[in-house]
Amino acid sequence: MIELINSISVSLLVLIILGLALVGYFTVRKHAISAAGGDARVLHSLPGYYGYNAAMCIAVPSLLILVLWLLIQPMLVQNAVIGLIPDQMITEGSSVGLVMSDVRRVAEGLNTAVAQGALTRTEAVDLRVDQTDVRALLADVGVALGSDVQAPVLQAAQKYRALTATGAATMVVVVLAIAVLGFALAFRMTHPAFRARNTVEAGVKALLMIAASLAILTTVGIVLSMIFESRNFFQLHDWKDFFFGTSWAPNFRGNSDLAILPLLWGTLYISVIALMVAVPIGLFAAIYLSEYAGPKVRAVAKPLLEILAGIPTIVYGLFALLTVGPFLVNLFGRGENGVLGVEWMSGATSVLTAGLVMGIMLIPFVSSLSDDIINAVPQSLRDGSFGLGATHSETVRQVVLPAALPGIVGAILLAASRAIGETMIVVLGAGAIARISGNPFEAMTTITTRIVSQLTGDTDFASPETLVAFALGLTLFVLTLGLNVVALIIVRKYREQYE
Amino acid sequence: MTDMPTPQPIPRKGSLLVQDARTVKRNRAEARFKMYGIIAISMGLLMLLILLTTIIGRGTSAFQQTFVSLNVPLLAEKLDKKGNRDIEDIKKVSTFGYAPLLQAGFEQKVADLGIATDLKPKDMANLLSKDAAATLRDFVLANPDQIGETVVFEFLAQSRVDGYLKGRVTRDSIENDKNISAAQLDLVDALVADGTLAKKFNISFITGADASDARPEAAGIGVAMMGSLAMMLVVLALALPIGVAASIYLEEFAPKNWITDVIEVNIANLAAVPSIVFGILGLAVFINYMHLPNSAPLVGGLVLTLMTLPTIIISTRASLKAVPPSIRDAALGVGASKMQSVFHHVLPLAAPGILTGTIIGLAQALGETAPLLLIGMVGFIASNPPETIAEGLLSPNSAMPAQIYEWAKRADPAFYERAWGGIIILLVFLITMNAIAVLLRRRFERRW
Repeated sequence: MIELINSISVSLLVLIILGLALVGYFTVRKHAISAAGGDARVLHSLPGYYGYNAAMCIAVPSLLILVLWLLIQPMLVQNAVIGLIPDQMITEGSSVGLVMSDVRRVAEGLNTAVAQGALTRTEAVDLRVDQTDVRALLADVGVALGSDVQAPVLQAAQKYRALTATGAATMVVVVLAIAVLGFALAFRMTHPAFRARNTVEAGVKALLMIAASLAILTTVGIVLSMIFESRNFFQLHDWKDFFFGTSWAPNFRGNSDLAILPLLWGTLYISVIALMVAVPIGLFAAIYLSEYAGPKVRAVAKPLLEILAGIPTIVYGLFALLTVGPFLVNLFGRGENGVLGVEWMSGATSVLTAGLVMGIMLIPFVSSLSDDIINAVPQSLRDGSFGLGATHSETVRQVVLPAALPGIVGAILLAASRAIGETMIVVLGAGAIARISGNPFEAMTTITTRIVSQLTGDTDFASPETLVAFALGLTLFVLTLGLNVVALIIVRKYREQYE
Repeated sequence: MTDMPTPQPIPRKGSLLVQDARTVKRNRAEARFKMYGIIAISMGLLMLLILLTTIIGRGTSAFQQTFVSLNVPLLAEKLDKKGNRDIEDIKKVSTFGYAPLLQAGFEQKVADLGIATDLKPKDMANLLSKDAAATLRDFVLANPDQIGETVVFEFLAQSRVDGYLKGRVTRDSIENDKNISAAQLDLVDALVADGTLAKKFNISFITGADASDARPEAAGIGVAMMGSLAMMLVVLALALPIGVAASIYLEEFAPKNWITDVIEVNIANLAAVPSIVFGILGLAVFINYMHLPNSAPLVGGLVLTLMTLPTIIISTRASLKAVPPSIRDAALGVGASKMQSVFHHVLPLAAPGILTGTIIGLAQALGETAPLLLIGMVGFIASNPPETIAEGLLSPNSAMPAQIYEWAKRADPAFYERAWGGIIILLVFLITMNAIAVLLRRRFERRW
C-alpha cells in the first residue's frame, strides 16, 4: 500500500482529482435529475449546476490543500532536519544553507540509487558512513558530490528522505480524502430545493477574487523576498558603508567594498544620456504627429516608431556592443587612425554607448505617451489661440505645451524609471567598472548589471557578495516604484483637469 | 462704456500683400518648428532602419555554413578490429580513432584534385570542424553495415575557414592565429575553386543545439527554441486563465472599496516594475525557497507568468470594458444571473480582444532576457532536445534570448554572427505573433 502511495507523483494526483471532479459532475447531475423524479423543472437550478457544485467541492479544496502542502512541507522538513546537524559543522566558510543543500543532494542521490536498483530500500535507510563509501556509491549512480559525506550529513539526509516520503504519502492520503469527502458532501447536498446555482456562483466569484489578489501576492512576494535577504545582507555588511561608501570592489574571499554610490552614479548618468536622446526626439515627434501630420502620415509613422518599443532589449544590447560601440570608438578613439583623430575612448563599452542605445529604445515611450497627452488637450484652447492670431507653432509652444506639461513630465518620469530598470543594454553596453567619473567615454556600471553579475554562476546565499544583489534590487525597486507612483499621480491629476 | 476712447487705427505702412518683417520672422519660426518635428520623426525612423539593416546584414550569413564534401573510407581494420561487426566493439572506438580516417579522406581528395601543397594530412584535416569526427562516428554507429565501404560525407568546415569564405577572416587577421595558417588558406582557395568546399544553407543552425567555445560552426538555436516554447506553454497555461479571471472580477464584480483600489494600484505598478526584479523574485522564491530545479523552463515560465499577468489583465479589462452595457442589461433582463450574463455573453464578445492582448503579452515574454539570467538559463550547453513534455519543463535548458546573450558574451567573433542570426529567428517569431494579433483584431473586432 505504502509503495503504491509513494509512487503517486504530484501531477498524477492532480490528474486523479480532476478525473474525480469529472466523475462527480456527471454522477451528481444524474442524481439531481433522479431526485427530482426525472422532471428537471422541479429542481431549483439547471441540473448542470448541481454537477458543477460537485466538481467544485471535489477539486477546489483538495487542490488548495495540495498547493499549501507543497509550499509548507519543505520548510517543516528543513526545520526538523537542521536540528540533526551539529553546530561545529556550520563553521566559517560554510552555512546552514550550504550544509542543507549538501543534505538535499545526498538525499536525492539515495533516491536515485534506490530508483536505479543500486540500493534496496532498507539498505538506503541503514547506510552508515563508516561502513560504505557513500560518495563513491552515489558517483556510480551519477550523482557527483563535492566532498566526502560526513556522518551527520548522511544521517540528516536519511531523516530528510524519511520525512519527505512520509510527508508525501500523508499528502496523497489527505488530499484524496478531502476530494472524496467533497464528493460525498456534494452528493448529500443535492436535493431539488438546494440552490445549486447560487452556491456555484458564489464559489466562482471567490475564485475570481483569488485570481485578482494574486497581483498583491506577487508584490508581497517581491517585497518580502528582497527584504529578508537584504536584512541578512545588512547583518553581514555595514549599512552605512552600503549607502554612503564610494567604492565597489566585490571580492569572493571576503572583505569586499560594497557601496551603492558608484553604481547609482553609473545608472543615473546613463539614464540622463538616454533621456537627452529620447526626450527631444520623442517630444518633437509627438508634437508633429498630433499637431501637424495628416492622418496618412500618422497611420504610417506612429506604428513604425512603436516597433522600436516592441524590439526585445537583448537586440538593443547586441546593437550597443557590436555596432554602436565600435562605431563610437572609430569616431572618438583610436588616435590618428580614428575619424576625429582623438584618443578619448578606448573600449566599445561606455556610458555613451549604453545611453545612446537606451535613448533609441525610449523614443517611442516618450512619443506615444506625450502624443496621447497632447491629444487630450481640448481643441477649444487651440481655437482660442488661433482666434487671437497666433501661428500654429506659437499655439503649440505657448498654449498646448504648458497645458500638457504635467502629463509630459509624467511621461518623462515613466521613461526615466524604464531607463533605471533596464538591464540587457547596460549589461552588454556599459561595461563592468564601477567608478564615479564625469567622462561619458569611460565604461561604468549600473545597479542592474551588478545584480546580474552577483547572482549568475555559483551563488552562495550566505556571503555578502551574493546577498548584496538583494539590497541592490530593493533599492532599484523602491527607486522605480517611487518614480512610477509620482508619474501616475501627475498623469491622473492632469487627466482630471480636462475631464 | 461710452467714455472709452475709440481706438485709433494704427496706420499700416506698405501693402497688405507684402509681409512685414515681424510676420516673416514668425512664419520662419513656424517653418522651423515644423521642421524640428519632421527631423525628430525621421531620426526615429532612421534608427529603426539602421537597426533592422544591421540585424539583417549581419545575421543572414549565420544561416549559411561552409561544408566540405569528402569521400571517407570506413576502414574495417580501424573501426572493427575483430571483424565481427559487433556494435559494442564498434562503440569502443572513440572519436580519436576516427581522426585518421578523416585525414586519409582529405589526403585522397587533395591528391585526386592534383593540388600541390606542403601540408601534412593532419593539418589538412584541421580545416574540418572538430565536430566532423563525431558526425562520422554517429554515422558508423547508425549504419555498421557500411564499414569497409567508402562513403561521401558533407562535413562542417572549421569556423576560421567559414569566416574566410564570409570575409570575416582575412589573411592579415590570421597572422597570430594558431588555428589556421596561410598555407591552409591556400588549400582552401584551391578547394573552393573546385567546389569541394562551399557555402550551403545550414538547417542545423535552426534545429541544432549550442556548441562549446571551440566549435562555433556547430552551434544552433534549436534546443533553446524548445526551451522558449516550453516557457511559453507555461505562461499561456497560467497567465491566460488567471489574468482573465482577475480582469472579470475587477471589471464586473469588484465592489468600489479600498481593497479593489489596492489591487488596481498594485497591477498598475507591477506593470512598470523592472523585469530583473521578477528574476530576483524567481530566484528567491521558486529556486531558493521551493527548490524547483535551477535553469528549468518551468521556473522561467513561472517568472514570465508573473511578469506578463499585468499586461494581460490591462488588455483584458479594456476589451471587457468595450462590450456595451446594453448586452449585460439584455441578458439580465431575460433572467440571467450576473455570472451568466458575464460568462455567456460578455466574455465571448470580448474574446478576440483578450486573445490579441494575450498574444502581445506572450510576445513580450518571449523576448525577455534579464529574469532568465538570474534563474540560471545561461552559461551551460543544453546539448539534447528534450524528449518528453515533463523533461522539457524540468530539465535545464536555455531560451532564445538567453542563448543570444550567451553567444554575444563569447570571445570568438564567429559567435557574434550566430547571435545576429538568432535575433533574426527571434524577430521572425515576434513579428508572426504580432501579425496574428493584428489580423485577429482586424477580423473580429466589433465596433459598437
